[in-house]
Amino acid sequence: MTAFRSLSGAMFKGFFRDRLALFFTFLFPLMFLVIFGLLFRDAGADKQKIAIVGDSPIVAAMEQSGVFELERFNDEPAALQKVKDGDIPAALVIRGQELDLRFASSDQVQAATVVGIVNGFVDKANVVATGQPPAFNLKTEKVEDSSLKPIQFLTPGILSWGVSVSAVFGAALTLVSWRKKQVLRRIRLAPVGAGTVLSSRLLVSIGVALLQGVLFVALASTPLFGLQLSGQWWLAIPLLVMGTLAFFSVGMLVGAFSKSEEAASGAANLVVLPMAFLSGSFFPVEAAPKWVQTVSNLLPLRHMNDGMLDVLVRGKGIEALALPSAVLIGFTLVVGFIASRVFRWED
Amino acid sequence: MTEERAAVAVSDIRKSYGDLHAVDGVSFTVAEGEFFGILGPNGAGKTTTLEIIEGLRKPDSGDVRLLGENPWPRNSKLLPRIGVQLQASSFFEKLTAKEQLQTFGSLYGVSAATAASYLELVGLTDKANEQENKLSGGQRQRLSIACALVHDPDIVFLDEPTAALDPQARRNLWDVLREIQKRGKTIVYTTHYLDEAEILCDRVAIMDNGRILAMDPPAVLVRGLDAPTHVTLQKGALSLEDAEALPGVEETHENEVSLSISTRRPAEVLSTLAERGALDGLQVRTATLEDVFLNLTGREYRA
Repeated sequence: MTAFRSLSGAMFKGFFRDRLALFFTFLFPLMFLVIFGLLFRDAGADKQKIAIVGDSPIVAAMEQSGVFELERFNDEPAALQKVKDGDIPAALVIRGQELDLRFASSDQVQAATVVGIVNGFVDKANVVATGQPPAFNLKTEKVEDSSLKPIQFLTPGILSWGVSVSAVFGAALTLVSWRKKQVLRRIRLAPVGAGTVLSSRLLVSIGVALLQGVLFVALASTPLFGLQLSGQWWLAIPLLVMGTLAFFSVGMLVGAFSKSEEAASGAANLVVLPMAFLSGSFFPVEAAPKWVQTVSNLLPLRHMNDGMLDVLVRGKGIEALALPSAVLIGFTLVVGFIASRVFRWED
Repeated sequence: MTEERAAVAVSDIRKSYGDLHAVDGVSFTVAEGEFFGILGPNGAGKTTTLEIIEGLRKPDSGDVRLLGENPWPRNSKLLPRIGVQLQASSFFEKLTAKEQLQTFGSLYGVSAATAASYLELVGLTDKANEQENKLSGGQRQRLSIACALVHDPDIVFLDEPTAALDPQARRNLWDVLREIQKRGKTIVYTTHYLDEAEILCDRVAIMDNGRILAMDPPAVLVRGLDAPTHVTLQKGALSLEDAEALPGVEETHENEVSLSISTRRPAEVLSTLAERGALDGLQVRTATLEDVFLNLTGREYRA
């Protein structure tokens, strides 16, 4: 049995027997995926509500279009009360040819939207009523845009974040605990190189990252969440490996400076959590101020997110890996070098 | 004992941390197969001395030879030949006793089966599948010794293996240590239990404030003290007056339960007592290493 194989075997066993580590590696990020996934499931698909009193061909046309969610009332006061209460943005009262639209003035944008849509239906009905062909014709056709369904956006982001959490914490906590318990000194007294020890620990982190990838994607692909993978999804594998390397080196740096496990996990949180928000793991950062975008572009997690998004759901090819790979590898080299400079075998 | 055959040869090593002279000119040699103890109170410099010999620290000055080799800087030719148990119990997380041994063994290329066989040596066969953190203090200590032995080294370094153990666990560990010596290993160990060193060691070095105050077999150190032997008898076995009249008696003392006699000629006193048939409740207490420490430092030994 070689030292490399048995060391990584020992660490895999230790990891899978550690309930706390399993929770923070798998369940915790999955909880975020579930919560955000369910929260945003219907986002963007919200229909405008409108109260209807009376009947008209226009109402039938509105119902057919599916733009509005119609709520019918028998008498006008009840409908208006709903508008006053703020439950429904507008009420359409039909008195034969007269259409009376009453809207709540609190939300002007919403009011304008409702008025505009209803106006459209009335105009169209008027044109039809004249018997003349319309002077202008509007033809509509849908375009596949780059904005995504929430789960398509969330899965790559939360997966990248989950990998960064487990790689940073894994490396930092192992380093601190081994230094404190003098396992590092003990290993140093054995005829085994530092490279063997480091690479066996890395193998564990990479294995964990790949497992996270499989689990997260499997859960997100269930009908409840409805993730659709693109054809090039397997390109996520090299990204997972490179991301692990980058965040492992961050963990080594954090671990080198931390005296205790508590300090290490505090410091790791301090690094990972702001990075996750700035990198757009949970919410897109496109709408954020310019300086946030600048900071965001300096972060390795941002590029891992982008790469994941491209290969998992946008169907991009290997060329989409170029920038993320360059950033992640460069980051690993720089941070890894610093970490090796400040590395200590003992307290 | 010649320089070439010594397992450990240390000459005049020094190590300071700021103003503190942790090790202040220590020299000694340990022969192959010898059980050598470094004793002294906490902070005497025992652990630093041991770490310098193991190659974990560089001495400020002085020379260390381990099996003829210099342990500093990290000497990978030497590493398979030395076994080290560190002061803290250093184990991998969440592994069972057997897995700990096999993992440490694999660092030296020892097969899993051979590694597991060391459980028997330290009496942990029935705890093989128990996780390390579920073991008692004594069991964990024995496991860590087994981990130091797993690659069959020539020299074994043990740093305070019996610290913080209950008396029964300490005695169990003594058996393990004796068994290791029987296998022909050289053992260098530190302890602050002087009574234990007296029982186990072939030779001891008494350290205080970074220096070795005395170094010899325990019996020689004690004998060299010229301290009186205390003979205690059950009260009434002999009258106080008769006791004072015995040849070689220096001092007598009686309380409600016993009569004690101090003498520097214990053989003479004891044979006279035996002739008179006055040996009821006999106890003989000779000087110990604690008395030696007291004599060397002028202060009571406090571990």
